[in-house]
Amino acid sequence: MKAPSFAYAKPRSLTQALELLERPGAKILAGGQSLIPALNMRLSAPELLVDITGLEGLSKIEVRNGSVRIGALCTHTRVERSAEVREHLPLVAEAVAHIAHPAIRNRGTLGGSLALADPNAELPACALALDATLIVAGRKGERRVQAAGFFKALFETDLKPDEILVGIEFPKATKSVFLELARRQGDYAIVGLAGVSRGAEKRIALFGLAATPVLLKPKSLEEAKKALPTPNGDLYNSPATKRHLAGVLLERAWTRLS
Amino acid sequence: MDQAVVITLTVNGAQVTRSVLPRQHLVDFLRDELGLTGSHIGCEHGVCGCCTVLIDGAAVRSCLTLAVQAEGRAVTTVESLAAPNGALNALQQAFQNNHALQCGFCTPGILMSFTDFLERNPDPSEAEVVEVLSGHLCRCTGYAGIVSAVLEAASRRNKAS
Repeated sequence: MKAPSFAYAKPRSLTQALELLERPGAKILAGGQSLIPALNMRLSAPELLVDITGLEGLSKIEVRNGSVRIGALCTHTRVERSAEVREHLPLVAEAVAHIAHPAIRNRGTLGGSLALADPNAELPACALALDATLIVAGRKGERRVQAAGFFKALFETDLKPDEILVGIEFPKATKSVFLELARRQGDYAIVGLAGVSRGAEKRIALFGLAATPVLLKPKSLEEAKKALPTPNGDLYNSPATKRHLAGVLLERAWTRLS
Repeated sequence: MDQAVVITLTVNGAQVTRSVLPRQHLVDFLRDELGLTGSHIGCEHGVCGCCTVLIDGAAVRSCLTLAVQAEGRAVTTVESLAAPNGALNALQQAFQNNHALQCGFCTPGILMSFTDFLERNPDPSEAEVVEVLSGHLCRCTGYAGIVSAVLEAASRRNKAS
C-alpha cells in the first residue's frame, strides 16, 4: 500500500527540529526503515514528518576513556563497519549484522531502533546489557537516561513527543556474546540474547520474550534459568517453546561469558 | 499539509528536478515520473527486495525511501547497467550464463544489491553472497543459479583486472 498524506520538513538545526516537533501530529523521520513500512500499512498517520537526517554532528562515533559515544543518526552499516565499535563494543558489532538485510542497514539508524523499542529488536537489548546511557535533547537542553529506565513498555520509551534521541554512550566491554534464533537470516528474533561480562558481574539481556528486553544479573546459570519470565507466545512459537529456547541460549552464552 | 516539495537529484547520471508530494515513494517517483520501470514494486514494506536501487552507491529499498529523501543524492537504477546499445554488463551477462532468472521480476533488485556488494567485496565467499541474497525473494529459480552468477561475475572481474 501507499503511505497516507503528510507534510514534510527537513530542519537544518536541532533548535529548528525541536520547534517543528511541537506542531500537532509531528513525528521524527530518521532512516525510516520501520516508520515507512508502518505508514505504507497505514498503522501510523502523522501530519508532519520532521526529517532529522540533515542535522549535523549526530553521525559520529567517538571513543572516550571508558566508553564509545555513537551518534543517533549512525546507520547500522556505519556501526557494522566501524573499527572502533568492533574493538571496544564487539557485542554491538555482532548484533548489527543480525538486523534485517544490507539494503535496510544502509538506511536504518541506531537512534531509530532504540527510539522505536521493538521488543524483538537487537539493539535495545545490547543497550541494556552494556548499561548504556541515552542522551536526549529537548527545548530545555539535554538529559541522560540509563537504558534500564528508557524501555518502558511495548514500543514505549522514556522519550517525550517533543524530544530527540541524539546519542548513545556505551561503556566499553570486550567480553560479550550475542546470540539470536530466527527462522531466516534477517528476520526478527524468536528469542535473542545480549550478554556482557565485566569482572565478576554478568549482565544478560534477553529479547523476544516480553514487551521490553529482560535484564538478568545472575550469579549462576541455574539462577539465570530460574529468573526467566514466562514469555509471550507469538504466531509460531508457544510460551513454552520460547522459554525453552531462551534456556538454550543462556547455556550457550554462559560458557562464553565465564 | 500535503504540500508538494521541489526536489533535485541525479538519476543514472542525469540531473532531474521535479515537484513531488512527500508521501510519494522513491520507487513510484522513478516509475511514474521518470518512466524508469525497471525497479519493480513487490511487497511495499521492505521484505521482497524487488525495488532495490542505489543511493550514493549504497543499496536501499526504494519502497522504504521517500522521493523527498533523495534530494541532492545520486540514484542509480537497473537501467544504468547495460550499455546504451543494449550490451549486458558483466553481472547481467553472468545472470544470463547461469540461468539466474526465470520470470525476472525480482532480478533488477538483486542486480542492484550485488552491484553495491561486489564494489566493496570483489572476492566474496559463497556464504557472503547467500547472506546478501537473503534480503531478496525469488519464487522461481531456487537461488542456486543466482549464487553461481554472482560468483562468476566476481571471478571474471578479478581475472580481467
